[in-house]
Amino acid sequence: MRHFLDFEKPIAELEGKIEELRRMSEPGGINITDEIGKLTEKADKQLRATYARLTPWQKTLVARHPDRPKALDYIRHLITDYTPLAGDRAFAEDAAIVGGLGRFRGRSVVVLGTEKGADTETRIRHNFGSAKPEGYRKARRLIELAGQFRLPLLTFVDTSGAFPGIDAEARGQAEAIARSIEACLSAPVPIVATIIGEGGSGGAIALATGNRVLMLEHAIYSVISPEGCASILWRDSAQAALAAEALKLTAADLKHLRLVDEIIAEPLGGAHRDPGPAVHAVGTAVENQLLPLLGLEPEALRVQRRDKFLAMGREGVA
Amino acid sequence: MSWLTEYVRPRIRTLLGQREVPENLWSQCPACQQMIFAKELEKNLKVCPHCAHHMRATAIERLGWTFDDGAYTRIELPKVPVDPLAFRDSKRYVDRLREARTKTGMEDALIVAHGTIDGHRAVVGAMEFDFIGGSMGAAVGEGLVAAARLAVLQEAPLILYTASAGARMQEGAVSLMQMPRSVIATMLLKEARLPLLIVLTDPTTGGVTASFAMLGDIHIAEPGALIGFAGARVIEQTVRETLPEGFQRAEYLHEHGIVDMIVARTDMRDMLSRLMALLRPPAEAITGEPAPAEPEDAAAA
Ligand SMILES: [Zn+2]
Repeated sequence: MRHFLDFEKPIAELEGKIEELRRMSEPGGINITDEIGKLTEKADKQLRATYARLTPWQKTLVARHPDRPKALDYIRHLITDYTPLAGDRAFAEDAAIVGGLGRFRGRSVVVLGTEKGADTETRIRHNFGSAKPEGYRKARRLIELAGQFRLPLLTFVDTSGAFPGIDAEARGQAEAIARSIEACLSAPVPIVATIIGEGGSGGAIALATGNRVLMLEHAIYSVISPEGCASILWRDSAQAALAAEALKLTAADLKHLRLVDEIIAEPLGGAHRDPGPAVHAVGTAVENQLLPLLGLEPEALRVQRRDKFLAMGREGVA
Repeated sequence: MSWLTEYVRPRIRTLLGQREVPENLWSQCPACQQMIFAKELEKNLKVCPHCAHHMRATAIERLGWTFDDGAYTRIELPKVPVDPLAFRDSKRYVDRLREARTKTGMEDALIVAHGTIDGHRAVVGAMEFDFIGGSMGAAVGEGLVAAARLAVLQEAPLILYTASAGARMQEGAVSLMQMPRSVIATMLLKEARLPLLIVLTDPTTGGVTASFAMLGDIHIAEPGALIGFAGARVIEQTVRETLPEGFQRAEYLHEHGIVDMIVARTDMRDMLSRLMALLRPPAEAITGEPAPAEPEDAAAA
């Protein structure tokens, strides 16, 4: 059962009709191939038109789409010999952050991601992708592991943000995030970060302070959720669409602001419609960004990363 | 202050006779409700003499209280692109900025100065909560980097007074990027082996705590200060539990190992001076050999 977003309803209707016609034209039925062809073309056109001009709020909904490939989908398909590692060595294992060792295009790497889960059971297991301090401390551990063994680090970011909870605060959520950013900035190895869905604030940047930062076409990256921003600035979370517009959180906005390096095109209708090619495109983009970094010395990598972030927001944006 | 005119004024009048008392001569403590003579409150660094409640202070006041004789040199903060998102909600961000500047007399939510504390050379940055909630946009991030560079140049410790609601929403992802940028500022100090002393004041939350404010060599908090990552309301809505007594207050953070000490404002200068002396012994006390250089790559050592 495909999950359609509200603004995809006209497309859903067309596709429903096509489906119906197909059933009718099955052996013994009437031949309506022409009609199906016409409708398919229409649906395709509609899909293309809709996705060519998604509003920032619609992009937010696409970025959060339940069928969108999640971090573990990218890891499963892009990383061979994936060997998950667990725990912060101090308190707990936090499955909101997944990661471990593996091979990317034949090369040994450390991989990290925020995982939202794909169904009720896995969503609960991964706490909907919202990590607690132990998650960020595990991330830091794996970032340092990558440095220790000179393995490139690939991260896949998809989180609505760090978990806001009593226990998380008691164990130093803020410090854990800060240390994870610091670990990224100190790493003597290449870091390629990809925002695959939701890049939610501090919980995202903790894993996204990379030499290269990529973003999927319909991903969002923001300092606060549109709902959160709306409830503070508009005093009404129902104004989320307005806030999404104002926050400039789309991939195109981020690229324009020179905060991300590359936008990875998604299949027509979004990564959720056609996950295979989406995952493949990410693999290709990550490899293309990673290769030139492999020749750099540890210090050069650190300097590049630091200079990159220092330059952000310093230069005027046209 | 309507409360003052409606209720207290008659009592003050009785106390002081029939003389007209300007309102600003007296303040009321928000914690114990007692009236405090303005001069006394000022002398006591805005700490209530009755209940020791620490009232919020401005960035300018903090600089004055910190440096010797209240004397310091402010540095001009680097210029950053204004309003990168052309943001507007009910108000245009540029108008909010203009209002905040008029209200506080500051360019943005951070002020950086250098001078001496008990004779120790120091660079001090102080955040201004009254400037759009002390939020961290590009100007604050750039100011923190400038403060760190100045400290390195002067071989002086950096003291940062934090007061912030977190990110500057009106700068969107540009504001988010100030988290790694401010972390770079802390790394500059660390690499130069210069002390970074963080003084957490009421309130410090969000992206500011989740970056430079939690990366000091020593974390000091003012009594009762609200310090945390997530806002109390958001936490309550998420976990649907009542927050424990004193949650996210300085004392709670001390109990949970997140800050080293809670220091009363009136003792702050002495503590800062002592820490600077202990962390940076005078040159003659050093044996003469330079501190061993950090291995080229600490992770591989
Ligand atoms: Zn009082």
